[in-house]
Amino acid sequence: MKKVLQKAYLALILIFLYAPILTLMVLSFNASKSRAKWGGFTLRWYQEMFDSSTIMDALYNSLSIALFAAIIATLIGVLACIGIQAMGKGPRAICMTLNNIPILNAEIVTGLSLMICFGAFGISLGYGTILVSHVAFCIPYVILSVMPRLKTTSSAAYEAAMDLGAPPIQAFFRVVLPDLMPGILSGFLLAFTMSLDDFVISYFTRGRGINTLSTLVYTQVRRGIVPTMYALSTVIFLAVLLFLLAQNFLPQQLEKLSRRHHARRAHE
Amino acid sequence: MSKRFGKQLLAGPYLFWMIAFTIIPLIMMGVKGLTDSQGNFTLNNLMAMGNPVNSQALILSLELSLISTVLCLLLAYPLALILRNMGSGSNSLIVFLFVLPMWMNFLLRTFAWQTLLEKEGVINGLLSALGLPGINIINTPAAIVLGMVYNFLPFMVLPLYNALAKISDDVINAAHDLGANRAQTLVRVLIPQSLPGIISGITMVFVPALTTFVISDILGGAKILLIGNVIEQQFTVSYDWNTGAGLSIVLMIFVLASMALLNIFDKNGEGTVL
Amino acid sequence: MKRRMTALLLAALMVLALAGCGGGNSGSEEVVYVYNWGEYIDESVIPQFEEETGIKVVYDTFETNEAMYPIIEQGQAVYDVVCPSDYMIQKMIANDLLAEINFDNIPNLQYIGQAYMDASQGFDPENKYSVPYTWGTVGILYNTTMVDEPITSWSVLWDEKYSGEILMQKSVRDAFAVALAYQGHSINSTNQDEILAARDLLIEQKPLVQAYVIDQVRDKMIGNEAAIGVIYSGEYLYCKEENPDLAYVVPEEGSCLWFDSWVIPKNAENKENAEKFIDFLCRPDIALKNFEYITYATANTGAMEQIDEETLNDVGIFADQETMDRCEVFTWLGEETEAFYNECWTQVLAE
Repeated sequence: MKKVLQKAYLALILIFLYAPILTLMVLSFNASKSRAKWGGFTLRWYQEMFDSSTIMDALYNSLSIALFAAIIATLIGVLACIGIQAMGKGPRAICMTLNNIPILNAEIVTGLSLMICFGAFGISLGYGTILVSHVAFCIPYVILSVMPRLKTTSSAAYEAAMDLGAPPIQAFFRVVLPDLMPGILSGFLLAFTMSLDDFVISYFTRGRGINTLSTLVYTQVRRGIVPTMYALSTVIFLAVLLFLLAQNFLPQQLEKLSRRHHARRAHE
Repeated sequence: MSKRFGKQLLAGPYLFWMIAFTIIPLIMMGVKGLTDSQGNFTLNNLMAMGNPVNSQALILSLELSLISTVLCLLLAYPLALILRNMGSGSNSLIVFLFVLPMWMNFLLRTFAWQTLLEKEGVINGLLSALGLPGINIINTPAAIVLGMVYNFLPFMVLPLYNALAKISDDVINAAHDLGANRAQTLVRVLIPQSLPGIISGITMVFVPALTTFVISDILGGAKILLIGNVIEQQFTVSYDWNTGAGLSIVLMIFVLASMALLNIFDKNGEGTVL
Repeated sequence: MKRRMTALLLAALMVLALAGCGGGNSGSEEVVYVYNWGEYIDESVIPQFEEETGIKVVYDTFETNEAMYPIIEQGQAVYDVVCPSDYMIQKMIANDLLAEINFDNIPNLQYIGQAYMDASQGFDPENKYSVPYTWGTVGILYNTTMVDEPITSWSVLWDEKYSGEILMQKSVRDAFAVALAYQGHSINSTNQDEILAARDLLIEQKPLVQAYVIDQVRDKMIGNEAAIGVIYSGEYLYCKEENPDLAYVVPEEGSCLWFDSWVIPKNAENKENAEKFIDFLCRPDIALKNFEYITYATANTGAMEQIDEETLNDVGIFADQETMDRCEVFTWLGEETEAFYNECWTQVLAE
């Protein structure tokens, strides 16, 4: 009974999260340009999407910025966590306060302050400025994901490893890092997703001719959003979903197959 | 000692990045907020928050973001517990399922709620097909709260799940063995142990909810002005960057103060926030 | 978990590589940086221009005049050709941000109707800085099945009968233009009493308004979400095709006549290419393509010759002289009045 209730609750939340996404997917097949009317089924938007260099460029920018920003932010963030943990109470509090500033700031303030700053130092806006800004707002999320893990990780295991003769680096990689891994991964994932999803900061730090998907969507606001954007989102979404599913199920199937194979061999 | 110092150096790149791309830009912003358009020192931009229009917007923003944060916490905590109890086989996939929606553009997702919630929208269509009365919350504060909960729920689920997954089963079993019932285990063991996660989650929901302007625009029909909208207007419509910067500073101080308040609950004292 | 992350990374890298192949372009010499409204051109026109002239187009879009302005003013992103609206062009001229266009390089200007050049003088007094691209009016789009009487006046926007059925424009100048015109004042009023009266009128109207929106007037009207919406005439043709119950009227009290025109910023690096681009857009076949895609009335008489009679004679799409006479073009009112309008507008929204 309890299991059923739990499953039902989970299902309800998932419906809540996925209802708008399903809506967008359906709209991507809508022959009418208006989201308010169903004009029949079409694949036109998918074709137009691949033909449009504006959309493809924006896709490339969004994905590459998100990837690089997440990698850089994760590296810096994890190192920072270890560094901060080793600090005394005072410096640690200062660092954690620093860490919260980008999170506590209205996005528009972060974006505008960066724009003013780049301008003041004569740095011309472009791909690089978006990337640097994204790293800046992603790092705190990595730290927020990793820090709780590090706090609850007792130093006992690490010290035990060293007592048993492991050098600190090895102790770190063999003992601490595996323990932090879930935090690091969720931090990386969060950073990647935040960067991919960001609109405001990209908007103020981008230069001419550089669009990410979000800024491209926003410019369509006056004239209404064209279903090619729905089509693109659907493709990205399904690609990620399929990959996750395949990753989850394929190895199990392969393992089963090979086990069967071994069993047969052994039988023979 | 020197080993400890060597370790501290690992925070170097972080400090560099934060100072160069957060602190310095903010200082320049602060300068803007404390000067008028001629560059003379003034406090008028900060005082602008006292203007009834702006203070009303701030109060409404506080209300809506508090409601959203509480709703997120109430929805996410049981969820994170369920995810934790499901064992390690499937939960990483489920965690991904909560992040996955964010791969669809934020603006598009929020627009989709419009299609769902409208008078002639999908939900009302379904309700009327079932012979039920329709709901009419589009362009009301309720729709904004829904949009906030929808967009920020994953930010609550992930830190909560992270914190709960850290608590070992032994601790919970020990609590049961010592005669604690479910509720007692929750209140005396799980919640205190997951406090860092709770505080992270609250921060990550409350702050973006407090400062958003897109959600209120799209789901509130722009009839409801939040503080984020006021600031956005100062920058994009009025071009009054000085006042905009001033208001932002006040908002920032406000957020920092509420986080400091929240931090009192973090028993470790060196918290995830502040 | 780890394996899954690696896979995710690989997938992202693969997409990157794929997209990278499509995005790469070898160093061509001639470029033109174009800054236009989102969804405001038939995208097939761009490769056509590139092919015919050998000039590469870097195309970029903005969503409001107000968002575009600081980008040009700050000069951090330098564009060669931009498409702002009337009052914004005037402001840019006043702040010395625009370059005079060399019309010798734009022979196709002959296709731009004289009437539109004349009307443009409201914001570009000597026709030195701008070439009209699209134009139209602001009016009322209404659903004939949801409205009892024929609509001729702005007064329906204050009619209690339509409470919750009204969509207003979410932009300062458009919203105030409605209230000012309704009271019989100029939409470019600088008289504080008139502006304050308009503000009060808008506050009085607020309980009746379903939402203040920009683009979504059309989707909401098509979906029968509202009975009456204030909208740009350019959207009417599209809305009518999607929902035949919709009709458009420019109220008798008068309204706003607007232009979106191409201009060249002072700091443009490829001015001649920009002129070639403008000239290309003035070619009748290109103007026709763009009209068919964006449905906003074209100022190109060459293209108009190829548009069917019914569309051409629909005063909702191509306003006739009588309608144009009733309307006024927005002008820039100066920093101070602009600030006053903004303050009043914030009060309306916050009420």
